[in-house]
Amino acid sequence: MKIGVLSLQGGVIEHLNHIRNLEADCIEVKEAEDLDEINGIILPGGESTTMGLLLKERGILNPLKQKILNGLPAWGTCAGMILLAKEIENDFRKHLEVMNIKVKRNAYGSQLDSFICHSKVEKVSKEEIPLIFIRAPYIVEVGNDVDVIFEIDGKVVAAREKNMLATSFHPELSTSLEFHKYFLNMCTENLKKLN
Amino acid sequence: MERYQLNKDLAKMLKGGVIMDVTNPKEAEIAEKAGACAVMALERVPADIRKQGGIARMSDPKMIKEIKSAVSIPVMAKVRIGHFVEAQILEAIGIDYIDESEVLTPADEMYHINKWDFKIPFVCGARNLGEALRRIGEGAAMIRTKGEAGTGNVVEAVRHMRCMMDEIRKIKNSPKEELMTIAKEISAPYDLVEYVWKEGKLPVVNFAAGGIATPADAALMMQLGAEGVFVGSGIFKSQNPEKRASAIVLATTYYNDPKVIAEVSEDLGEAMYGIDINQLDNKLSERGW
Repeated sequence: MKIGVLSLQGGVIEHLNHIRNLEADCIEVKEAEDLDEINGIILPGGESTTMGLLLKERGILNPLKQKILNGLPAWGTCAGMILLAKEIENDFRKHLEVMNIKVKRNAYGSQLDSFICHSKVEKVSKEEIPLIFIRAPYIVEVGNDVDVIFEIDGKVVAAREKNMLATSFHPELSTSLEFHKYFLNMCTENLKKLN
Repeated sequence: MERYQLNKDLAKMLKGGVIMDVTNPKEAEIAEKAGACAVMALERVPADIRKQGGIARMSDPKMIKEIKSAVSIPVMAKVRIGHFVEAQILEAIGIDYIDESEVLTPADEMYHINKWDFKIPFVCGARNLGEALRRIGEGAAMIRTKGEAGTGNVVEAVRHMRCMMDEIRKIKNSPKEELMTIAKEISAPYDLVEYVWKEGKLPVVNFAAGGIATPADAALMMQLGAEGVFVGSGIFKSQNPEKRASAIVLATTYYNDPKVIAEVSEDLGEAMYGIDINQLDNKLSERGW
């Protein structure tokens, strides 16, 4: 099994390191061809405007969108969540538009409002995990097929819809591997289904 | 320490990106549209500061706020070296990052700002590893090379990045008993020297800045080990800012792919007018210590 991390801008190496620590193969995805060899893709944190632009510019947007619609497991953290969302409350730009969620960018404010909290995310792990929010978005509305994984103060900050996972926070910035394990499981199950 | 971690983490999210100097909301929008991962709000780009002379200070908070409301990406702004009240002002208006910058006229020739006093993150310039570790010791959450701002000449940024990388390699390969002597020689805190020895890198993200004017310059700095680039005068002092800005963004992401760099370098119009470092009577990189 091979996991791809979209490597256009942002926190790429942190995801690669977590995946490698779980002894799975991974590659950086920089071109559309790279999509052919992967069994799951992580869309990292960074700036969604930058990544969205480069996705279009390099012709990766449509092939990636098709792959995800055809079942490729995809996980967006922070900016990656914005790339996945069908609707963005406070931005005219849209990107992959595959996941049935409406998100709000920089929903908590500026960097001064970034925060860390420690929580048990029951659907993902029995352990308490540090949840790191950096100029984070959150989900304001979820569609019918979307399973809410975690909420903080009534705001949805993690959700799953079939092969798609979205988190407002950055598990790759903490030492916990729990979310990465969860995503690898999604990829393994999908592979089993295909065989 | 949690706050410092968050501030270092924001810098990680800027990696692989281009931070562009902008002087008004219109330029900020152009930068965002071209794919900048953040903008630096300032009244005059370094090339103009150099030409016009006088004292360069923190920009008008009103102008910074206008830029902040024009874009969705992080906004940075500069304060003078040692001017902690300018920093208090920028923290009060809630921008995302402060650059304690040698491009502005220093307010203090002895002391930099004690950045631990602030909740807001700081990026600082450095010419070598010792200088970088001193700034980190004072609480900087991100480092950039000083280069020589406003010249369109990349030679100083190259010198600074090579120097930092070379010193990091040397420390990494030294036996542990030599670390205290190294710390003394480069005037850096021991614990940070020890971190570099263990990890083989700076404890914070390291960008290139100062003199970057072309897509090739940006890719050069990335290949030398920068984790992203700042472009100051290079964009809005060139003939076609929109096109050059987006070309530099692509070259920074595809810095290892000469075909892409060649493609984006075509037909950009004239780059900013450059200055030979030997003809300067005032080197901004020598401000701060």
